This record gives sequence, structure tokens and C-alpha cells, in this order.
Amino acid sequence: MSYQSMLFGHTYAFDSVKEVLAKANEIKSGDVLAGVAAQSDIERIAAKDVLSQMTLQTLRENPVVPYEEDEVTKLNQDSLDPVVYNEIKSWTVAGLREWILSLGTTGRDLRRVSKGLTAEMVAAVAKLMTNLDLVYAASKMEVPAHCNTTIGLSGTLSTRLQPNHTTDSVEGITASLFEGLSYGCGDAVLGLNPVNDTASSLSEVLKRLDEVKNQFQIPTQICVLGHITTQIEAVKQGAPTDMIFQSIAGSEKGNRAFGFSAETVREALALLKERGTAAGPDVFYFETGQGSELSSGAHYGADQVTMEARCYAFAREFHPFMVNTVVGFIGPEYLYDSRQVIRAGLEDHFMGKLTGVPMGCDCCYTNHMMADQNDIENLSLLLSCAHVNYILGVPASDDIMLNYQTNAYHDSAAIREILNLRPIKEFDAWLEKMGITENGKLTERAGDPTIFLGRRA
Amino acid sequence: MLIDELKLQKALREVLAELGYQIEDPPGSSDHAPRRPRDITSAEARAEILIPNPFDREALERMKQKTNARIGVWRAGARLGTQTMLTLRADHAAARDAVFTDVDPAFLERLGLFTVQTRCADKNDYLTRPDHGRLLNDEAAETLRRRCVMNPDIQIFASDGLSSSAIAANLADVLPLLLDGLKAKGVIVGTPFFVKFGRVGAMDHISEILGSKVTCVLLGERPGLATAESMSAYIAYNARVGMPESRRTVVSNIHRAGIPAVEAGAYIADLLVTILNAKTSGVELRREEK
Repeated sequence: MSYQSMLFGHTYAFDSVKEVLAKANEIKSGDVLAGVAAQSDIERIAAKDVLSQMTLQTLRENPVVPYEEDEVTKLNQDSLDPVVYNEIKSWTVAGLREWILSLGTTGRDLRRVSKGLTAEMVAAVAKLMTNLDLVYAASKMEVPAHCNTTIGLSGTLSTRLQPNHTTDSVEGITASLFEGLSYGCGDAVLGLNPVNDTASSLSEVLKRLDEVKNQFQIPTQICVLGHITTQIEAVKQGAPTDMIFQSIAGSEKGNRAFGFSAETVREALALLKERGTAAGPDVFYFETGQGSELSSGAHYGADQVTMEARCYAFAREFHPFMVNTVVGFIGPEYLYDSRQVIRAGLEDHFMGKLTGVPMGCDCCYTNHMMADQNDIENLSLLLSCAHVNYILGVPASDDIMLNYQTNAYHDSAAIREILNLRPIKEFDAWLEKMGITENGKLTERAGDPTIFLGRRA
Repeated sequence: MLIDELKLQKALREVLAELGYQIEDPPGSSDHAPRRPRDITSAEARAEILIPNPFDREALERMKQKTNARIGVWRAGARLGTQTMLTLRADHAAARDAVFTDVDPAFLERLGLFTVQTRCADKNDYLTRPDHGRLLNDEAAETLRRRCVMNPDIQIFASDGLSSSAIAANLADVLPLLLDGLKAKGVIVGTPFFVKFGRVGAMDHISEILGSKVTCVLLGERPGLATAESMSAYIAYNARVGMPESRRTVVSNIHRAGIPAVEAGAYIADLLVTILNAKTSGVELRREEK
């Protein structure tokens, strides 16, 4: 069956829903690399035009990865709310877009409709959104989650404090941790990317994070982002953790390339219920990023925005506390420059929220991309306007272990001040108690990591 | 401006000396040797405590020794201080220059290397099309067949990869040592050359073209802010296009603060002979070593 559009008297034809979805994307180097991008700007708009007239039912019936061979598709299709789906299945994507943007449509309405949306529908509507549309729509949606504290309530902007170290030195990690806390970072999670993915190394870091959390009575979460199976092993050996982390992909094949499946996540959940240190119920931390499926040959000829939306559909099944796209980490062969990274960051955040997962963003870039710190500051400010749940914080924006740059510890404090946002309530109160902030602004003591030495909360 | 400033400082010191104050000359400052300008990227500048009145200065100094992360940097309002911000930008600029500038042809000529190119048309093609960077263009393949010793025991070549700076900083110290070392061991070493816009996988295509038993590329790595000059050696026995990545043996982190280039040369020479004799590389080699 052919899908057609006419523009300027010329007919553009597309062979499949998958082709329409791919060609309707804003330009991304990863789609060009995959050979699925529109051949011209006009063809791109023709694909958007076709997509705008497509019904949600057509999208549901044409998942980009077949149901029979993929558990991500299966989970997504099987968990759809039939009542909601039947109400909206005859809507076109244009209809969905305009309903989302309508003044009368509230965040509550969006959360309800979300239950009837598949990943392909979420991706489709994102492809018809401009950048400001993406910010405007996302800003309506509040997607909170609860672990030890509640993330994502309106009026808040949280941060993951990422105190990475080149050799996992516990003292070096602690130094960066204190620096970050002294700038008001860390209400989403104190979360380290380990160099050594062994249960004993993870345990050692988790114990220190747990000690610091308890010693200063910090109302937050801890996590060490090893491989899910290593974290499971560490917890079995008695390591304290509030959450378990995993990088996820939009197809079962992609997840297998990451070395896990839905079954592994279920195993982790059962373990955390018994042995985790968090109140819960939301105890997962997932990371995503456009392009990862193509990099592992697990994209099934689909575009990277649609595959990304499928990550969120997978994540939704496990009620994570936090999900973030590591948007600029993958490199210029997937997202070429700051324009593509900013677009992807806004798309991912919108799609995650519309799917119903508590979304943050690692606003980042590598040194071989056409981007710099200015671009990432732009993205974090745009996303904060879109009510992103959290961004990251590392010392002066430089992650010495992962060799990339993200937001500096300073940035969340500046953005909170500009947009009148606060950290999570309990953490905000803790910062005031520690004398780091006063009425939401940094005090003279802020920025000195040694205030944590020689005193107890 | 600088001379005036120095004159002024000298005059000031003389006046103060007359008043009975002993003022030491700042390092490097005399009438003959003009003072070096301050370098915010120097180790000393990076070690500076920028917090005006830290709660515990000694502890902060100890903390800074425990990590290379940019801590103790202080702030202007909720923004970075100027020195910290500029140091970051300088490090990023060095990293970008490493990626986006080419290796100087005169440098390659001095090392006796001729240059061939992969299928990448330019740097942007290189960055966005990894598949193009893994294959040589037809002209390059022809050049290699014409100019190189065929079927050598060991074929070594260099390639820019993601850091031309890494090649400029390390190659002259690694390559001659490596070639001499191998010749002394009595193995047949192929004709060395340079590959522009090369990915690691280009070594597989080159191995197929030249029929080398062991192939080794010295390649510039993606620059970080800590160093833009890190080079790696990727080595494989009987490299073939499409072979699993696990068949490569890697020596990474070749730079001033990592494995110094001179040491790396001797180490890689030994490793290449081990691989040649073992007739395997990568994961298989490690398994045999156990």
C-alpha cells in the first residue's frame, strides 16, 4: 500500500508507515547514516503531511518492529488501556497534535490519553511539533515519581549529582560529591558511573554514598550505574542501593546488545523489594539516547526518533523513578551538531513525558561534535522551561571519567534562580538547614565543599 | 606595556627597600628576562584554590589531590568564575583543534611517510560516516600495492583518527623506535605510511590489500578535556574486513601523562612479535596468556 502527498503539484509516495515515520523526522545524521532519511527538505514535509493525516489506529497496527519477534512491541501493545485507545483510535496525528496543544487540554487529560498511546503514536506526534511546540506541550505535563522523595512536581528542578572519578577512588568521588552538594545539586540522585564494573567495586562506592546520605541526613536517592547484572550481584552481597540502573534500547535486540532483557529488570525489581534501601515504589533509573539501536544494528530499518520513543514505552512498564536521554553523548554520526542535539533533547523529553515516564535530560556533548558549552546551556534552559524533572551536574561541566561535558554544578542553581524553581521540597529544606541556600538562592557558604568536614547535620 | 610594568615594579621595589621592606623578585622577572605571561592551563594554575575563604583550606588542598575534577573553583553568583570558565574553554578549544585540524604534511614527510586517504571526502564525511573511514579509496589501494613491501610479517601505519594532535605529539617518538626494534628482532616489517581520515577498521582493509600477517595502526583517540594528545595502537593478527572487534589488541593512553611515547614504542615492538608468534590477537591472545 502506498501513502501519498501532493506538494507544489508534485506527488510524493511512501511505501510503508515505517518509511513515512522515518522521512517525517527533522534531519539527523543518524537517519542519513541508516539510509532512512528524507532525500530532500520537500520530501520531509511531504512525509509530515502524510503522517498528519494518518490515524492512530494505523500507527498501532504498524509497529516498526514486529510483535511476534520483539518484547518491547509486545509489552507496549499488551499494556495499552483498551478504553482510552478506543476513544482515540480514529484521531489523526494532526488531531492528536492540536488536542495536546489546546488551551483546554490539561496535564491530567494528557496523563489519561497517554495510557492509550503506543510508541509509534508518540513519535509521530513529536515529528509534527516545532521546538516551541515541544516545550509548550511538555510544560503542561507533570510526571512525578517517588523513591525516597518525590521528583517531578511542578515548581521543581532537580539534579543528578554525578561525581565520577577516573579510577573510582572513593575519596576522590567524595570530594566531587561534597563540591556538588555545596552548590545545591543531588536531589534527584547521587549517582556515579563506575570505571570498574565489578560487584565489589560497586559495593564500595555504594557504601560511601550511603554513609554520606545517612551522616548528613540528605533526603535523596543513591545509585551506582554499573551493568544491571553487576548491581544485582552487589545488592545480593549486601550493598545498599536505592535504585538499580540500566541503559535501555527500543528493541529487544537492542536490549540484548546491552546484555539484559525485561526478565532481568523483573529480577532486579523483586530483589529491590526485598533488599533495597529505598521507600519506593519507584526504584529504577533508565538512560536512553537517540541512535543507540542503529549502533548495535537493532533498529529494524526504523528512524532514531521512533526507536527512542520505544525506549520510553519499555521504561513505562517498570515505573522508573527517573529516565534521562544522554542526548549528546553518542557522537556526530547520529547527532551532528548542536542544532540536532537541541532538537533531539526537546523531542526526547516531550516523548518521555507523553509516554508517562518521569523525564530528565543529560544535556551533553562530546569534543568531536559541532557543539560547545553555550549550546548545552541553551538546551538546559529550554528544557527547564518545558518543566524537565532534572538535569545533571558535574564539577565545572567537565566529566573526567566519561570524557564529555554536561551541565556544571553551578547551572541548576542559576536556572532555579532565573525561572523561580526549587529543588525537591525535603532537599530544599535540607539545603537551608545546611546554610547552602536561603529562600532558594545560594548563600555565601555555597560552593565550598569543606563545609561538610568537621560538622554533622 | 610589559616593559613599563616591569620598570614600575622595579622602581616600587627600590622604594620599598629604602623604607626597609624586603621584597623578593617574582620568578622569571629581571631586566634581562621578561616575565612569562600567566598560563591558566598550567598545572600550577589548575591547582590553585579559588575559594576566597574556605572553611578548611588544608582539607580542600587534600581534596584537590584526590581528583582531577575541577573542584574548589568558586563562583560569581551562580556562575563559574572567569578563570575557571576560560580554562574550560581553552581545554575544549585544544580538543576541537585536535579533531578538526589536519596533521602537518611536512611532519609526515620528515618521518618518511607518504599519505593515502580513506573513502571520506572531507572531515565532515569522516565524522558522520564511520563506514567511509573504514575503507581506503581505490587510488589509495593502488598506491599501497605500488609502494609497499607486500606480504610483510608486520605492517605498521599511522592515522589521524579523531586527534591530529595525538599524532603530532607522539608519532616521532614511537615510530622510529618501533621500526628499529622490530628490524633488530629479524622480522620483515612492511613499508610505513599515513592514512588520512582513518577509523580503526581501515587496518582490516589494509591487511587484505597488503597481505600482512600482523597489522598495527597508531591512531589519534577522541580527545577529552584532560588531554587532546592520546594515541592508541590497535593490533590484529590476520585482520579481515568484518571480523569481530574482539580480535583486536589495544595499547591505549599513549601520551605525556599516560604511557610516554618512548616507552610505548618498545612495549609495542615486543607485543607485535608476541602476536606474530602466537598467530592470534585480542581476546584469544589473552586466553592463551592465561
